[in-house]
Amino acid sequence: MSFLELDRVAKQFGAQTVVDDFSLTVGKGEFVSFLGPSGCGKTTTLQMIAGFLDPSRGAIRLEGRDLTAVQPAKRGLGIVFQSYALFPHMTAAENVAFGLEMRRVPRSECRERVRATLAMVGLAGYEERYPRRMSGGQQQRVALARALVIRPSVLLLDEPLSNLDAKLREEMQIELRQIQRNLGTTTILVTHDQNEAMSLSDRIVVMSQGRIEQIGTPQETYERPASAFVSQFLGKTNDFAATIDRTATPGRLIAGSWSAPAPAGLAGPVTVSIRPERIGFGDAGLAAKIVTRIFQGNHWLFQCESECGAVIVIRQNDGQPQPAEGEAVRLAWRPEDMSLRRAGAAA
Amino acid sequence: MSAVVDAAPPSAKPATDGRDARTAWLLTAPALMLFVGVLVIPLAMTVMLSFHDWGQYKGIEPVFILKNWHEVATDPYFAEMFWRTFRIALLTTLITAVLGAPEAYILNRMSGRWKSFFLLVILGPLLISVVARTLGWALLFGGSNGLVNKLLMSLGLIGSPLPFMFTETGIVIALAHVMMPFMVLSVWAALQRVDPQIENAALSLGAGPFTIIRRIVLPQIMPGVLSGAIIVFSLSASAFATPAIIGGRRLKVAATLAYDEFLNTLNWPLGAAVAVLLLVALVLIVVGSNALIERRYAEVFR
Ligand SMILES: Nc1ncnc2c1ncn2[C@@H]1O[C@H](COP(=O)(O)OP(=O)(O)O)[C@@H](O)[C@H]1O
Ligand SMILES: [Mg+2]
Repeated sequence: MSFLELDRVAKQFGAQTVVDDFSLTVGKGEFVSFLGPSGCGKTTTLQMIAGFLDPSRGAIRLEGRDLTAVQPAKRGLGIVFQSYALFPHMTAAENVAFGLEMRRVPRSECRERVRATLAMVGLAGYEERYPRRMSGGQQQRVALARALVIRPSVLLLDEPLSNLDAKLREEMQIELRQIQRNLGTTTILVTHDQNEAMSLSDRIVVMSQGRIEQIGTPQETYERPASAFVSQFLGKTNDFAATIDRTATPGRLIAGSWSAPAPAGLAGPVTVSIRPERIGFGDAGLAAKIVTRIFQGNHWLFQCESECGAVIVIRQNDGQPQPAEGEAVRLAWRPEDMSLRRAGAAA
Repeated sequence: MSAVVDAAPPSAKPATDGRDARTAWLLTAPALMLFVGVLVIPLAMTVMLSFHDWGQYKGIEPVFILKNWHEVATDPYFAEMFWRTFRIALLTTLITAVLGAPEAYILNRMSGRWKSFFLLVILGPLLISVVARTLGWALLFGGSNGLVNKLLMSLGLIGSPLPFMFTETGIVIALAHVMMPFMVLSVWAALQRVDPQIENAALSLGAGPFTIIRRIVLPQIMPGVLSGAIIVFSLSASAFATPAIIGGRRLKVAATLAYDEFLNTLNWPLGAAVAVLLLVALVLIVVGSNALIERRYAEVFR
């Protein structure tokens, strides 16, 4: 199962610990994303796998072999840099061929593989172009082809799409995912864009301040966030205070005028966390007033002022009449859609 | 150096508005007047001077003759002197390129504090007069009294002082020292445009350190090396202070010869001919090589 393994890896720059206690196993062919805000240590972790940085502690293993003992030039990993780092004095084909030349691949095979790889990333016919004469999206494809042509055991992508405009980024995401599926290359993607991480990955590693907050499938991290940080970083979420009343039996969870049977375990003040699209307007529930209503094409976004503070509600634009601004509403949701934390638990 | 690398200015919109054009002329007028006053007029006068006659007793005669040009063109003394001038400039350029490019590269790889320190060490000499720097070399190597020569002789390593003063080697070494900052700065500027991750990219593709330098770094800083070479070459070919101190009156280059004709022989017209020839040759060489470099790198570095 474990193809690439990071075992309690840490990195320090002087006194500053940038990555700490980072443990992860990646299966063969898996697509894993490191997701976190800027400066949380994603690039540092990736560069330790690539070998440009040495871990201060911990071990990195590839197929059971200690990777840190291997020179970066001999690791055979494919890397796409945020800046692409194309060789500006070489044509697209020369850029892609470079890794094969270093491996002394025979010339005719080299030419054929370069041609095929450029065609795979949709750049057939661009062989003789210099990078300066290509658009950002095309440069990005050359960088991807250059990394893939050497048939890397692991493909490392450092924010590869962040320099593209929104539409192109979406196209590239779909393409990247298809290419990765077809080739079956084990891939690690670094990104600060939660949509990108969710739409591309098999699993997401959510990071904050050099530590792993949660590892899980996109659905798990979104729907069962392990911490307030995760729930807030992955999409919009509502956090508000509630109490669990255990004096009555069975106990009840109470948030303003909304209440539900209390789950086992917690007692006293708690924090309720619920996604805005899981809240509906009903006849009973949390009393609120709609402050603003924003139309966003396929859905409506409501900002409400409730008994328990500000709440965001998202409703599908399914043609049903929606409440107007200033209208008093009741907010309700299914208890299984929310997650509970003890009030004041670490963010 | 910017001429080489930032070769393509965005094509300016043609001025359609007459008032715009007038404003432009008005705004550039002071600079233009200065340019004409201190550069174009003296230059034109020098060119004219080179066609005048001169005699030991009659002085300068404002007539139009080709005597000076004929002398410069036919007397092998001048040919040798010009040849020496360009040989010195070329060797100086080669030395600064071979030493300066690695120097800039190493400097660029240093971390923060050391980087600023060594940048200061390299650029510091620019703050000291060329004369002082050249005299330093003369003190170290000049004749049997030079410090280094004395030391080497007292150690018995050499029998007689190393020839330095009044030699081409001496001039080239001292000039290379004087010109080094220009080469380092030029290569440094080119290095700033190199993607900091590019060496890692090559490394990850399996390239060794030597291959990375030869195939990735060098081609990218080549425009910087070449523009530095143009600067160093033209400054060396027209250098005065260093050849004057090290070469003295025994080993003349174009600039010191022109100076001598002006101030010692007082044959201004001949000096003017030498000076104009040096200028024309330099302009041709610089413009020519710049055009070549631009053509060579147009595709890649636009
Ligand atoms: N070479 C370095 N020396 C010192 N600090 C560094 C170095 N590289 C990165 N850092 C610090 O490490 C932290 C994490 O950086 P990075 O891994 O690039 O974050 P991310 O890629 O998640 O945005 C940042 O605070 C950054 O300032
Ligand atoms: Mg980063």
